[in-house]
Amino acid sequence: MTRSKKWPEMGVTIAGIKMKNAVMVASGTFGYGPEYADLVDLNKLGAIVVKGISLNPWNGNNLPRLVEVPGGLVNAIGLQNPGAEKFIKEYMPFLRKYDLPVIVNIWGRSVEEYVEVAERFDSVKGVSALELNISCPNIKHGGIAFGTDPRMAKKVISSVRKRTRLPLIPKLSPNVSNVSMFARIAEDCGADAVSLINSLPAMVINVETRKPVLANVVGGLTGPAIHPVAVKMVWETANAVKIPVIGMGGINNAREALEFIIAGATAVAVGTANFTDPLTSLHVINGIEEYLKRHALNSIKELIGTVHT
Amino acid sequence: MNMHQAEVVDHVEASGGYRILTVEVPSLAKTVKPGQFIHLRIPRMDGAVLRRPFSVYMAHGKEMAVLYKLVGRGTHSMKSIGKGEILSMIGPLGNGFPMLQSLKVPVLVAGGYGVAPLAFLASRIKKKGIVFIGGAKASDVLCVKDFKKLGWEVRIATDDGSAGEKGLVTKILDEWLSVLNPVELLEFFVCGPDGMLKAVAERAKRLDHTAWLSLDKHMGCGVGACLACVQKIKRNGVVSLLRVCREGPVFEASEIVWE
Repeated sequence: MTRSKKWPEMGVTIAGIKMKNAVMVASGTFGYGPEYADLVDLNKLGAIVVKGISLNPWNGNNLPRLVEVPGGLVNAIGLQNPGAEKFIKEYMPFLRKYDLPVIVNIWGRSVEEYVEVAERFDSVKGVSALELNISCPNIKHGGIAFGTDPRMAKKVISSVRKRTRLPLIPKLSPNVSNVSMFARIAEDCGADAVSLINSLPAMVINVETRKPVLANVVGGLTGPAIHPVAVKMVWETANAVKIPVIGMGGINNAREALEFIIAGATAVAVGTANFTDPLTSLHVINGIEEYLKRHALNSIKELIGTVHT
Repeated sequence: MNMHQAEVVDHVEASGGYRILTVEVPSLAKTVKPGQFIHLRIPRMDGAVLRRPFSVYMAHGKEMAVLYKLVGRGTHSMKSIGKGEILSMIGPLGNGFPMLQSLKVPVLVAGGYGVAPLAFLASRIKKKGIVFIGGAKASDVLCVKDFKKLGWEVRIATDDGSAGEKGLVTKILDEWLSVLNPVELLEFFVCGPDGMLKAVAERAKRLDHTAWLSLDKHMGCGVGACLACVQKIKRNGVVSLLRVCREGPVFEASEIVWE
């Protein structure tokens, strides 16, 4: 057995994007890059998935937007973002300075909006792929219908597919009875990979006032509480499609990331844990490397989908 | 902004329901400015995913302190923090108060534990000024000795009259303003509940003085990534949602668009 100079091999390729390791930071939990750049060496990450971008600037929901619950967070930020033009002008030059694949998470309120924002990124230097948010439960219009209705999912994914050359990664909603069916729809529509899971619909009530804590009434649950739910959905999805799967939901450490890989994910994303400890993604990378060495594996690829059931 | 390992050197009760946590953290103590905050990971808080933000009360030499009120799960979990313990902190965060404009008299207005960053500010302002401190009762009036030691004039108001005058802090502020020489140039620095901030902002506007308000909004990440703590701010005629943790927590009163 010959070992490459870098052992074990940590790199993976997803939708044609060569990543130096399998660990990304998830959309909405890492801003657009500069927010955490003082604390985390961005060059060490597998990729960054930036906070969701729409064609036009969007203000999001009223406050309160966030509440902590045992083992997680319920958020209803409402996808506040500066819009595609401002993001490209103000943040892309910063991101291009790094040796870091940039995956732009995009969303819209109609098929036309999705298509328009996707087209806008097609010629932007430094963008490696588009993650298509078809599943955010926070927006009253749009989002929820695309991610939970097979016909709408097909329409939006295939429409965007026709109008962009960039690799396309639909982010699947867990708020469906059969997630692998949506993964197959994505694959059939020409998606290059799928990512999952998005947040789980949730609600918190203040019993003294009998009012919902969030101004938006409902929000999305993320964090450690959703991890086993996500592992199960990633396992089902990986068994259903040939395109790569990116697993996320409640990763705090290397073991929880490895569960996704063993379940069938080619890469993972760290989300809410960035808030708890901004260095989580780096700890996960080191922990995966240590695990591969301990198990005498040459490459992380040897581990993907190896769960014994 | 950086991540720091801070060693607890002291953790005492300040008055009923308030505590002061002092840590040794040279890199942070040296750089933090009044009005800035730190994001603390509270140890032994089961199931917690968020850090908790605290404005800095004191920074001197290698040491830095925060003054906090026991209000929720986070602060109650903090009670068990002991001397010698190592805490994870991110900081310094936020913009902090600007430097006092020359020729102006600093007027500080505090509500409850909002006095903490103002006590830190007073310790860094060479000019002596006046501080108005409001609270529900005598035990909510904090840091009086700090200001007196610096030679500042201190005026107190409590809801129940158990310390200083009975009533709101804005009442004693109004009394002082009414007998003031109108040509006196004032600059307000304010920290406390929203209602108080708004009331002081109205007075500053009416009298054409600058007022700097430190906002307290529920935060998530503390560094500007999650957008949980945004505030409507009007700058150059444009209203936008700025992050209290990043562009704030201190804003000039006239910029704030109150809901």
